[in-house]
Amino acid sequence: MSTAHSTGLPRRHWLYSIVGTVLLFLVLPVCIVIPESFSDSKYLSFPPPGFSLKWYSAFLSSDDWLSSARASLVAATLTMLFATPVGVASAYAISNLGPRFQRISMAFILLPVIVPSMLIAIGIFYVYIRLSLVNTMLGIVLAHSILAIPFVIVTLLSALRSFDLRQELVARSLGAPRFAAFWRVTLPQIRPAVISAALFAFIISLDEVIVSLFVAGGNNMVLTRRMFVALRDALDPTIAAISTFFVVVSLAVLGTVALLSRKR
Amino acid sequence: MSDEASSAGAIDGADNVNVRPLALVARRERLLMIGLFSPAFLLMATFVVLPIAWLFYLSFVDNAQFSTVHYSRMIEYSSYYKILLTTLRISIIVTVICAIAGYPVAYLLAQLAPPWSIICLSLVVIPFWTSLLVRTYAWLVLLSSNGPINSFVEWLSITDKPLELVFNETGTVIGMVHVMLPFFILPLYSVIKSFDWSLIQAASSLGAPPISAFARVFLPLSLPGLVAGAVLVFVQSLGFFVTPAVLGGGNVTMVSMKIASNVQNYFEWGASSAFGVVLLISAFGVLAIAARMLGLERTFGMTR
Repeated sequence: MSTAHSTGLPRRHWLYSIVGTVLLFLVLPVCIVIPESFSDSKYLSFPPPGFSLKWYSAFLSSDDWLSSARASLVAATLTMLFATPVGVASAYAISNLGPRFQRISMAFILLPVIVPSMLIAIGIFYVYIRLSLVNTMLGIVLAHSILAIPFVIVTLLSALRSFDLRQELVARSLGAPRFAAFWRVTLPQIRPAVISAALFAFIISLDEVIVSLFVAGGNNMVLTRRMFVALRDALDPTIAAISTFFVVVSLAVLGTVALLSRKR
Repeated sequence: MSDEASSAGAIDGADNVNVRPLALVARRERLLMIGLFSPAFLLMATFVVLPIAWLFYLSFVDNAQFSTVHYSRMIEYSSYYKILLTTLRISIIVTVICAIAGYPVAYLLAQLAPPWSIICLSLVVIPFWTSLLVRTYAWLVLLSSNGPINSFVEWLSITDKPLELVFNETGTVIGMVHVMLPFFILPLYSVIKSFDWSLIQAASSLGAPPISAFARVFLPLSLPGLVAGAVLVFVQSLGFFVTPAVLGGGNVTMVSMKIASNVQNYFEWGASSAFGVVLLISAFGVLAIAARMLGLERTFGMTR
């Protein structure tokens, strides 16, 4: 629609400066992380007093940090591989069922988003103690998938809403088996959403802290848990180097998702 | 199965030969859909609904007997009471700041044309998808006594000693506002984006000065978005853990931190569960009131 120049709303320079300040507030922390990781000082100071790569080498020479990085990447990959098909199947089912079922199933599926995460965390911990799933990779992947599935479903539902499911009926009436009709007619058209959802699942698992604090220790201590303990108890500048890795992964994922949605 | 679409017209026919096979097809279809939905359903039931029901039960049990001691302690122990008050106070402050800072951003963003709208929107979305721990760490650097903000204040020579911006409630609030602002801006942005700007033109053509066109036409119509955003921010703020634990530096205790320490250090499931139930009921209560006011779709219709 028309921009505010043609409307009668107040729009002055002070509005631009307020908005500019808030946007600066939002991006500033993300911007300082990368330069800070090249600091040569042990203490928190910005701008860094000098250049060095020592926090990167500290990261790469620490068995603890490296094994955590490995655990995090394995967990995120497996979560992506598990949560995406489960979420796609659910979204497909929800969009094929009646409106009453849709409302109930959505309320159910969105529970992990609405319930405070600490409550989910101790709930999962409580069940895991009984199933001896604490500190196992299977347990971590299941827990992270529970948090990722709602996002996969919501992403897929909005894609399926703009897709005419009757196309699949056409394919089936022409003799295609059910699954082939989905695989060759529906899936190619919602592929960008599936890829976006998979990437979101990956990053949700990678960034997850609270549930991991309870269920992702021992040999499978994920990066976020080790980082959280380091941040809370004794600040270790190695965190700056790891943070850079997190920022780069997030930007890569967001860039890919943006590209995919533009193609659509 | 493939005749489902082609035989749809036969239902209207005088002979109901197809009724039974069609009902069979419909039933198989429904079963298939339920089957596809069941993995997600089972996961949520086993690992979210069931344990929460169990925790609810535990919160009423002490020494294997029914008891409300876990709840009465919250009021009787001043340390517990203080945690509830701190959580409530911080959540309200964060919500108010988010509303004041986020409203102008959503307002302006919805009016910008590309490429500026895309650039500004990504400035909101990028921190949103950046690891919470990374941002918390960055605030630790920014707010520390020899960090850039204090250097700037020192350079302006407003105060003679550095401001205490971190390891207290101030730092916690700053960090939480940073996390919650996108949650406020994005839904409000989409409400304003669908706003019919010709209403404003109508108001001004009828002689309304810009300020009153804004205050009497635009503001009331954007109110649902404002309330939805504020509710979302408030409810999520109640459950915060990482930000107060790190930026509070041990001087700020919110409900989630107490839940965690009770379970991790003392295996006190009863006390933790009671706090959890209070947290859950407050969250659902606020959401239910907002949903009643606004209609379900607006409150729950958006995601991270």
